[in-house]
This record gives sequence, structure tokens and C-alpha cells, in this order.
Amino acid sequence: MSASMSALKARKYRTISEISGPLLIVKSVNDAAYNELVKVETGSGEIRTGVVLESAEGYSVVQVFEGTSGLDVDTTGVTFLGETLKVPVSRDMLGRIFDGKGQPIDGGPAILPEEELDVYGAPINPSAREYPREFIQTGISVIDGMNTLSRGQKLPIFTEAGLPHNLLAAQIARQATIPGKEEEFAIVFAAIGITAEEAMFFKNEFTRTGAIERLVTFLNLAENPAIERVVTPHVALTTAEFLAYENDMHVLVIMTDMLNYGEALREISAARAEVPGRRGYPGYLYTSLAQIYERCGRIHSNKGSITFIPVVTMPGGDITHPVVDLSGYITEGQLILTRELHRKGIYPPLNPLPSLSRLMKEATRYTRKDHMQLSDMMYYCYSEAQDLRSLVAVVGEEALTERDRAYLSFGEAFERRFINQGIYENRDLDTTLEIAWNLLIEYIPESEWKRLDPDVIKGYCPKYRGKKP
Amino acid sequence: MVMNMPVVGKIARIAGPVVVAKGMRGSQMFELVNVGDLNLIGEIIRLQEDLATIQVYEETSGLRPGENVVGTGRLLSVELGPGILTQIYDGIQRPLEVIKSSSGAFIARGLTAPALPREKKWNFKPKVKVGGKVVGGDILGEVSETALITHKVMVPPGVEGEVDYIAAEGEYNIEEVIARIRDPTGALHEVQMMQRWPVRKPRPYKTKLDPVQPLLTGQRIIDTFFPIVKGGTAAIPGGFGTGKTVTQHQLAQWADAKVIVYIGCGERGNEMTEMLERFPELRDPKSGRPLMERTIMIANTSNMPVAAREASVYTGVTIAEYFRDMGYDVALMADSTSRWAEALREISGRLEEMPGEEGYPPYLGARLAEFYERAGRVVTLGSEERIGSVSIIGAVSPPGGDFSEPVVQSTLRIVKVFWALDTALAYRRHFPAINWLTSYSLYLETLEDWFKKNVAPDWSELRREAMALLQKESELLEIVRLVGPDALPEADRATLEVTRMIREDYLMQHAYHPVDSYCSTEKMYLMLKTILYFNQKVKEAIAKGIPLVEILRLPVREDIARMKLVPYEKIREAAEEIKRKLDEQLESLLKGREVAVPAR
Repeated sequence: MSASMSALKARKYRTISEISGPLLIVKSVNDAAYNELVKVETGSGEIRTGVVLESAEGYSVVQVFEGTSGLDVDTTGVTFLGETLKVPVSRDMLGRIFDGKGQPIDGGPAILPEEELDVYGAPINPSAREYPREFIQTGISVIDGMNTLSRGQKLPIFTEAGLPHNLLAAQIARQATIPGKEEEFAIVFAAIGITAEEAMFFKNEFTRTGAIERLVTFLNLAENPAIERVVTPHVALTTAEFLAYENDMHVLVIMTDMLNYGEALREISAARAEVPGRRGYPGYLYTSLAQIYERCGRIHSNKGSITFIPVVTMPGGDITHPVVDLSGYITEGQLILTRELHRKGIYPPLNPLPSLSRLMKEATRYTRKDHMQLSDMMYYCYSEAQDLRSLVAVVGEEALTERDRAYLSFGEAFERRFINQGIYENRDLDTTLEIAWNLLIEYIPESEWKRLDPDVIKGYCPKYRGKKP
Repeated sequence: MVMNMPVVGKIARIAGPVVVAKGMRGSQMFELVNVGDLNLIGEIIRLQEDLATIQVYEETSGLRPGENVVGTGRLLSVELGPGILTQIYDGIQRPLEVIKSSSGAFIARGLTAPALPREKKWNFKPKVKVGGKVVGGDILGEVSETALITHKVMVPPGVEGEVDYIAAEGEYNIEEVIARIRDPTGALHEVQMMQRWPVRKPRPYKTKLDPVQPLLTGQRIIDTFFPIVKGGTAAIPGGFGTGKTVTQHQLAQWADAKVIVYIGCGERGNEMTEMLERFPELRDPKSGRPLMERTIMIANTSNMPVAAREASVYTGVTIAEYFRDMGYDVALMADSTSRWAEALREISGRLEEMPGEEGYPPYLGARLAEFYERAGRVVTLGSEERIGSVSIIGAVSPPGGDFSEPVVQSTLRIVKVFWALDTALAYRRHFPAINWLTSYSLYLETLEDWFKKNVAPDWSELRREAMALLQKESELLEIVRLVGPDALPEADRATLEVTRMIREDYLMQHAYHPVDSYCSTEKMYLMLKTILYFNQKVKEAIAKGIPLVEILRLPVREDIARMKLVPYEKIREAAEEIKRKLDEQLESLLKGREVAVPAR
């Protein structure tokens, strides 16, 4: 990638002066390149990898992905490799499993790379982007009806420990289609610090649906080195970019859990004694997250696309946690799972009120004319119902007016019939919108249908079509 | 700027976007330098003996100690001249369209491209004659840059004297000499259509004036309750998903400024794409020309280098000042100043400066103030009396939606208008989600006269009445939360219904609806007057003993709700029709009542 670096050969040093957290300080080095790849060899011959975080005349700071446990200052050797971190990519990666740095771990043969790409990529020129507008049908009502996913969108799932976010992510991956189109697709799945059991769940899901041949898996499990997690998302996205922009595939990237990425970043920052921003996270957390999320999208004159669904845990349900909050600022909306709905036995426990898809108004221009308005109407009714629920808790249901009671029962039915659905239930958009119309007809008087234009009501409401399933 | 031999130093240390070079004696603060074998662009931000600390505007991967750092002798500057409108630039004014044609969809490193097209010929019309006296800021000639904007070619600040040569009307490119000016010492100054200006130095003007005119935005909640003036400053803070960007886009679209500068500072790439796709299609209501013709965009998205993000706001505001100097009203939107502050924090951290609150540098407040102070309505340089203005509207993205954080608080100490975006309103899809109880505008008094003269004499009374009702609503809702709505007297419940109408039928505005997206002041006045007339009539009817439920069933309420969708030309008619219907329908309710009463 860099003209200056190609001239450099590997240089080996045995001059470690300090080991602190995941960092090594190597003395007497004068020509380490910033971000240069480093091979670390312990006295016993074990090989680890690292990169240069800071380079100066006389010393260089190296971050070791596998951690520094077992390293010493006397016998450990450090070799600067003369290149930055690269990912070998190839179409043969489909169907294979790699570790968090992109090395195969499924016992299969090494990948014969078609190309070696820089792991951090380069920023997409904003004037080369194409606005995502193609509606992806996930078959899940509360997403398709009220928080649509578009091709090229980044839409995270904000969740809490113990909620079925994995089930939901797998269901989206299984069911996502563009109605009426058969195109070449691929799934890139990156596990960041999750358990082996969770990773196994995803593998089984993808195997069962036959998507396994279209799947590239990167595993950095809870037991794997934590520092490696800072590159796993980039390795996965570099692969996704290769498949999308050089092989015209539509790539769906699922990454779980971004919180672990943030924590790895914090660990390195603390070891470098940097001035922290919020809650001990480094001030550049936003930029680092953006450099991951913004790699998704669509590009002019290119058939492929990267659609991105990261899973982010909100510790203790705290949506203001820095990793969650900053993710929300970068991504194009968020799907929020709540414990309240989960306790009621609703699946997916996705609360549409705080959820949002920023690209929905554009996506729905190409679906059905009633789609957006119906969504607004559902929002309005369900938020009325929520407000009334808190009121009822104080004053009792008797104090409510007739109108209020209608909204209250709407709220219940909405959760049971619209949000709730089976893990293997795949509803097409027409079915989803039909459920929405029927809920309105049954519970809300027509004089309250303020968000619906009269011609939309006349044109799409089943009541006026003369058939009511 | 005197050009000596360029300084050539060597890289001594690299940490992220910050590079330290030695052997840099002779270079100056904020000088542009070329860093490393790739010729990355950087700017000197600290000098110490022969060491220079440089913030690099491109990704620094692969740089090594010992590589060259070459001074340019120039400060970080922008190019100003015809060809600047409709452009999209990165944070240091590299034209992204040109970059795209040379490096493809991804931005490669070490690229340079002139900000303004060099070859293009512009039709220059001279406005002065040989022998005439001119001073800095005087207009030498004009170029019709787009159908919307006449670009005025000005004498650069600091130059004055007698016109020795002025080009005849004809086609010139921006580097050709179009005038020569002999200063009092006899020296000749060549003037081209293009000039350069260092971004960190405010462009000079004669005097600052008090603002008197509103910057109308066509957004009901803003123009009615929290207006901004031409030359004023405003902040829009809000958590994610509250609609900062949509509001900024709306302002960029509808603000009645002559020129718009939009800075996408550390935000999403797709948001810039949206503007790039939409603005060429959107038409200026007056001329029917694409809005793009009055717009300049600076896009330094979140994944682009962080140091260039720091520079982007200065690049933007310098361009804005340049058009102000032509005598135009310019509106500048910065989305988001928080990302700019974070860039400051990141660079400061790399410099190992002593941090202030939440890791931000202690000079955060001062930098924000300097930036917003570049707004204002001014008498420009030049011998004729010309008035121009720059209005600055900054979005703020507080972490966790917490308004007590340093960037929001430092901004509030400076700006005069505060549009507080509210997460609870956004959850209910009440957009624009500007909270009417916590927002404020300090320009209300200033603008009272203007609205009285230009909209309606009773504008202020209506506004006050509506705001009082909304205040009352929040008190009543407290009571409802404690004891339920049944405990309220009929009149108070009527108030709640009216305020619901103010909220839903007036304050809520649909940004993507062809009619509702923009609302003229006249339409605002008629809508508000109609709702308040309804309020008055309802109160009267209730006093006469008509139950609220019956009033609420009146079909005319539907007409009021749909008033926002009535096109501007028909609004007067519609308002009269509604008033007539309301009177009629209430009349018949009353009649029915009178018949019923004797029967009891």
C-alpha cells in the first residue's frame, strides 16, 4: 500500500525495554513504520503478531494481538516485517472459517489469495456513494412494517444480556430477500468475544438453511486474545468489500458483539496511559467505530453492496453507554430489544418506539404507497397506548375515556399480533401491512386515522377493498 | 508571506494523525507541509526549537522516522473565486468529484487537486474604469456564476490605489490577470479572479451591525417561536435519532439566505449522498433553479481523517465570509460541532496536553466562541456601503443525549438561539422534535417589529397566547398524571384539546411532504390564528354549557388538521372557509341546545 514501505526488509530486534498490558516498547529501532506489522517470538519459540502503534527515532510501541502473557524482556525477539497488516482475500473464502486475524482454523487448506488488501481499507469518497434505497424484506413484521432494512444500510441491534438477539440476527440472515430478485449474495459473520456456544448456534443456523456455502466466518471467541478484537471487524469488512465491490455480490455482514470491540480498544488506551473520554473509553472511540461502520454502503457504478447488522449489548440496558450511544450516532437507525416485551413472551422483543430506520422514508417510496403512512399511524397509536399504560398504573382504568380505552386495547393487540411472530415465520410485506390495517380497523375509530391520507385509506384499507381476511 | 527556500526536515515520531519532525527551524505556525514519501498534507500546530508538531490530514499508516517533511511557505488556505458554487469539498477543500475521477470510489492518499477549475472560462464584466480609485473590497467586475448567484470579483483586502488596467468584458479563466492596481507607493498589484485566504484568519469587514431581519426557515416552530436572525447564531443539540440532520437539511433547503455553506463534519457518508442527490433536484421557489446552484458542501465524513475534520469548519466559514463580503446573506450549517470538538480532543490528547472536562482541551470554549464569532451582519470592506451577513447554525451531538456535557454547555454560552431536540418527542414521531418548553431565542424582542410590519400587527400576541397555552398544558398534564383526566374541569380539558391541536396540527411539520416541507409566514399566521380562534370559540361554547365531547365531534376540526397540507395560494380562502364552517357548526350546536333546554 505504501511506496515507502515496499523498500523495507524485515528487521529483527531483541531490545524490548518495557512490557505493559498488551504493549511492548522496543528500543533502538529507528525505522519502524506506523501501523507496521510485527512478528513477536518468545524464548520458547511461540509466534505472535502485533502492529506498531507509535514510532519514533530510538523506540517503537508495539501492540501484541495475542496479549503479552509469557513474554519477557530478555529472550523475546521482535521482527518488523516491512508491511502493514493485510488480509489475503479470495472467493474461495466462502464456506470457510477463520480466526480473528483471518487465518483459517477449520483444518482446510490455506487460502490462495487473489489479492492482499490493507486491513483498514480507505474511506469511501462521499461523492461516490449511492444512497441505499432498495427495500430488503426480512419477513419480520416489526422490522419490515416499521423499521425497514435497505441494501447498503447499517442497522444495529441494541440488546441486553439474556435477550434473543442471536435468534433475531440469524432469522434476518435466513430470511432477508429482495422481493422478486435472485442475485448473488454472501454472508460475512464475525464473532467478537462471544462464547463458543453462541458461535456454534450461528453455524448450525446457517448450515440448516444451506447458506453455509455462502458464508465466511471469523471467530474471535471469548477464550481468544482480547486485543485481536480490534482488528477482527476490519478483517471481516475487508473481506466483505472484496466480495461486494470486486465480485459484485450483495454481502450481509453480521457482527456480534461490538461492545467487546470497544472494551479491547479501552484496554489498549489504558495501557498507553491516554487521557480518557467518557467512562474510560478513549476519545477516538467515535472515529474508530465510524471507520468500521462507514465501510458499509453502496457505490456508484458498482453492483455489489454491504449491508451491516452489528449486535451491540447495552450493559444493564443503558442506552447511554458510550459504545451503544456512539454506534447510534453513526449507524442509520437502531433496532432495540427490551426486557419488558421479552418477559411478556413476545418474540422478537423489539420495541418499535425507540427503534428507528433512517432510510425508511426512501425505501418505502418503492414499496407500497400506504407503507410509510401506516407505519407512522402504528407509531402514533402504540405510543399513545404506552403513555396511557403509565397513566393507568396511577389512576386506574376507570378514569379513562372511551378513546383512551381503544388505544389501550390496541396496544395489547399490537404486541400480540403485529410484533409477535414465530422464529421460523416469514411474513411477506403484504401480510405485515394487512395485519396493521386490521388492527386499526378493529380498535381505532376512523376519525382518529390522522396520519393516513384519504386516498390511501380508500386505496389500501381492506375495509374499502370489500374483503377482510 | 515572503517565500524563502522551503524548509526540509525529517520525521522523528509518528503517533496516529500527529507527526513530529525535526530540523524544521524557519517554518511558521499553521504552515502547510508535505509529509513523508507519499507527500501527505499536514499543518504545523506547534513549534519548539527545531521541532515541529504536525497534524496530518491523511491516514499516516506506513510513515517512518527519517522520511522528509517539506514546508510550503503557505498557511492552510482556501481558494476563492468563480467555480466554487455547487462543489463538494473535503475538509481541506480538495474537490471530491475530481478526486473521484482520479482515484475511484475510495480516497487514495497523497492526492492533490486544485479546488477551483483552472481551465474553465468565465464571462467577466468589468465594473470599474482605468484611472478609478479603489480600495480593498471594491467590486472590480462580475461573473454570472450560476443562474442564482452573481459572483463579484473584489479587490483583495489590503490592496488599494488606482486602476491601471482592467480587462474588457470577455472570457477569462480564474488565473488570468483581470486588473492591475497601482498603490500609492507606485507598486503594481495584479488581481486575478481567484484569491486565497488563510482559513484560521477571519476575513476583515468595516463594522458589525445589529441584526434586524429574521432568517426565515419555513419551519413553523422555528419561525414562530424561536426565530433566528440574519447574522445570528443557533445551536441544535439532540441525542441520536432526534432529527438534527433532517432539521439542518431543511434549513439548508429553505432558509432565505442567498448562499448556503453546508459542512458535514464527522457525520455519515450517506447523509452527504442524500444532499448530493436531492439538492440538484430541489428548486428554488423564486427562480425555479436547482438549489444546488447556491450551495457549497464540505464533506469530511466520520471515517475520513480526523485532522481534516478539525479544519473543515474553518474552510466552510471562510467561504461563507467571502460571499458575505460580496454583500450577500449567507447561512452556514455545521453538522456536527461535537465531532469537530472530538477531533480537537483527539489531537490534544496526542499532544499530551493537560485535559479539561471529559478529556476535552481547556481551550474548547475559546475555540467554539472564535468560530461562532465569525457569524454576524456587517458593513463590508469597500467604498460603497454594502451589507452582508453570515448566520451559523451548529448541530451538537451530546453523548447519551446529556445536555450538561462540555460541548453543549460551551456552545450555549455563545449562541443566541437554542433548539433543544427531545428524544421523547422523536420516539412519538413528533418532528421536528424541538422541545417548545426548553428551547429559546434571544432574538424575539429584536424581531417583534419586523413581524408586526411584515406579517401581521397581532403576530406577537398570537405567538404569546399560543405559548401560554402550551405552558398551561404542561401544568395540566402534571395534574392528569396524578389524578387522571376526569378530575379536570371542562375548560381545562378543552385547553388540553386545543394544545393537542397546536402540537399536532401546527408544530408538527412533515419535512418530506411537498407542501408541508415549507411554510410561509403568512400561512403560519393564518394557521395559528385559526387554531386560536377555535380556542376562543370553544371556551365561549363551554361557558354556554355545551359539553366538550360534542364540540370535539365537529367535522371542522378535520379541516383545521389538514390546513398544513393546503398549498400557499389557497390558504387564505381555506382559512376563511374554516372560520365560516366553525361558526356555522357551533351555531347549530347551540341551537340544538336551546331547543333542548326548554324541554327539560
